[in-house]
Amino acid sequence: MTTTATSVTTMVCVRFFASLREAVDREVVELALDESSIVGVRAKLAELLTNAQFEAIDAPGVQVCVNQTIVRGDVRLETGDEVAFLPPVTGG
Amino acid sequence: MHAEIRIQTDDFDMGHEWAACRKRCAGSAGAVVAFGGLVRDRAQDDSVRGLYLEHYPGMTESSIRKIVDQAATRWNLFDVVVIHRVGQLAPEDQIVLVLVASGHRANAFTACEFIMDYLKTDAVFWKKEARDGSDGWIQATAEDRQRRQSW
Repeated sequence: MTTTATSVTTMVCVRFFASLREAVDREVVELALDESSIVGVRAKLAELLTNAQFEAIDAPGVQVCVNQTIVRGDVRLETGDEVAFLPPVTGG
Repeated sequence: MHAEIRIQTDDFDMGHEWAACRKRCAGSAGAVVAFGGLVRDRAQDDSVRGLYLEHYPGMTESSIRKIVDQAATRWNLFDVVVIHRVGQLAPEDQIVLVLVASGHRANAFTACEFIMDYLKTDAVFWKKEARDGSDGWIQATAEDRQRRQSW
């Protein structure tokens, strides 16, 4: 009996807030990832965005969240995860 | 401890919130302290035409809840209400209400100030000011960061 290897694409939702939403000119994008991680999200965004837009989300002080929790470095992602790029918060 | 965190576009009635808080902790609370934040009509030397506030639904409430829980434990609070408005606001509008009830005034005063100082730096909000000169997203001020660090 033979088995067939199947490759399932990871689908994530990416949100941008405040100045970053304006910089990238979109609030939310759905991405099909080749690599199921933050590195994979960045790679897809580098294809999708202009250089200036990508620099905005890659700037110092920008925080990345996965399912509303701030993450540092690379983390694995699963289908249905919500990734968000947050500019520095300015409080209430 | 009763804690309420509400993020809303609508205005709020401080008197109503005060009365509801008094009722909830009648007898046990010896002090209720309320802080109301308002939109100013000037920033530096410019006139301010409006303020737009953006938040991350869910995450913003969680960030405030952490601040409230810290304060409740540290100053033995009976009741905390935080109402924060989002969307487009105009000068003179109310932005934020922090209402704190405790057994004695010192704890209530201090906890209210602590919550407000943390809200200014840690709560997940972004503010865009419409000035006569230009519109721009506001940066956290050094004074706000220093006040937060003082706790």
